[in-house]
Amino acid sequence: MYSEKVMEHFRNPRNVGEIENADGVGEVGNPVCGDMMTFYIKVENDIITDVKFKTFGCGAAIAVSSMVSEMAKGKTIEEALKITNEQVAKELGGLPPNKMHCSNLGADALHAAIQDYLQRRQQSATGCRCPYCDRPLTEGETVCQPCQTKINFCPHCGKPLPRNTTVCPECGGKIDK
Amino acid sequence: MNPVYFDHANSTPVLPEAVTAMQPYLNQQFGNPSSLHRFGDPPRQAIEQARNQVARLINAAPESIIFTSSATESNNLALKGLALAHQNKGKHIIISAIEHISIIEQTRTLKRLGFEITTLKVDQWGRVDPQELREAIRPDTILVSVMHANYEIGTIQPVEQLAAICRERGILFHSDGTAAVGRIAIDVARLGADAYTFSAQSIYGPKGAAILYLKPGTRINPLIEGGFQEKGRRAGTENVAAIAGMGKAAEIAQIHLPDWRKNLDRLGKRLYQELPTRVERIIFTGHPVNRLPGVVSMCIEFVEGEALLLSLDDTGIAAASGSACTARTLKASHVLLALGINHAVAQSSLLLTLGKDNTDADIDYFLDQLPPIVSRLRSISPLYARYLRGENPYEFKAGQNHYHEEN
Repeated sequence: MYSEKVMEHFRNPRNVGEIENADGVGEVGNPVCGDMMTFYIKVENDIITDVKFKTFGCGAAIAVSSMVSEMAKGKTIEEALKITNEQVAKELGGLPPNKMHCSNLGADALHAAIQDYLQRRQQSATGCRCPYCDRPLTEGETVCQPCQTKINFCPHCGKPLPRNTTVCPECGGKIDK
Repeated sequence: MNPVYFDHANSTPVLPEAVTAMQPYLNQQFGNPSSLHRFGDPPRQAIEQARNQVARLINAAPESIIFTSSATESNNLALKGLALAHQNKGKHIIISAIEHISIIEQTRTLKRLGFEITTLKVDQWGRVDPQELREAIRPDTILVSVMHANYEIGTIQPVEQLAAICRERGILFHSDGTAAVGRIAIDVARLGADAYTFSAQSIYGPKGAAILYLKPGTRINPLIEGGFQEKGRRAGTENVAAIAGMGKAAEIAQIHLPDWRKNLDRLGKRLYQELPTRVERIIFTGHPVNRLPGVVSMCIEFVEGEALLLSLDDTGIAAASGSACTARTLKASHVLLALGINHAVAQSSLLLTLGKDNTDADIDYFLDQLPPIVSRLRSISPLYARYLRGENPYEFKAGQNHYHEEN
């Protein structure tokens, strides 16, 4: 059913693991099919210097993750964003048709990690962080996605406010209830 | 590498005696059994001998046996054939939620033909509650189909009770016994079924032959129309060799079933007892007591079923899984979901169906090979990483990064 290359990557997947303090983390999941991939990237000077992944999925999903991790390493962010699921399948010598959609999510997971990296970079430039879970916030973001908390902003300095505060910890401005 | 076969629910090895019984009808006795000339006699006699052999295995009258090509065909003949023949009495049919797809898929066609289908839920062990059947029966119910035992979890249904309820109400009762025959003794008269399905390949016979038992006097519409084979209930030239092989397999099964069952029971129990000592987080599925011998079904958490099967195959072990990735539908097993198991856990299923020739050495080998495979796959699994961090492994965070919706 699978090409020799798929089986080789399935048996000996490259770059398995997690990166502590990763610059970007991307998670792609499909609760119906069950495949789930988490990608971690480290970026230096716009180049992906390290990629690790963890995958819960079938043989194709594991092989795809392994192949994507190899394809992405050493590429610039721009180049890595151009990797497609079709290219990954081609590199693996093809995938069965029913695996193309369900298990071939590796490029999506990589792109999600890159988007996370770009978002973090943009957020660290604006300096705003969620006061509840400390995740960097993008400009105009009013609900923190990971902790699903609605963010209130100081009407004086525009920084995020902790819950139930009457004084902005950043500028000392009075907050009306 | 020791090849170890634990996938007997899918197919059994053909008995040498069955192969021998088939041989003449492949290369010597080639006549058409419907022919009037002498070339037709031996094939015709072979079919009738097989009919007797199969009938004896399930304590049925020979004339109640209709030969078909597969259990799927038998299930189709039973459901559509009986529904169409009795639709003047009503158009309501009841099945269980864990029937084989050869039953479930037919319901689409039957609905198009104006029939209404009620699907009975099962409990966490996969059993139909007879009381629920009572409550589901309507004045226009004509047919109930509940499998004898489930091919995926091994749970045996209270078929006698279900059949008795149907009999009281004058409703036909069909049971798919494909998983059960060859593992437990079957007596269709005692079960009280009006129709009963099983195939040769589940009793160490060849593929291409199966039967539908039909209680004498029960009207049925043929699905395949043409000649008058099988008394007009299934047209088409018979697969004589396969039928002869099925007959011989049935004869041998009848003689050796008690021994086979003893072996299956003992080896199955070993797996149930020893697996949890080798691998943590195993959830056994199916009924703990009312189950087929030699059927061991489980979910090994945080490990996807197909990845597990491929890894086992690398060690020479053949098994099965209800994981979506082993199927074309890309959906987790409807049987496991019907038990209330969540999607992600259902993806982790492993099904071992032992056979008469499996030995303690096979079990030892499997018990040695499985733990390192599970460890390797868990080391790749983000679900296992979550579990080790004390997080909920199955909490999918929609909206965080990228999320794929249902296919």
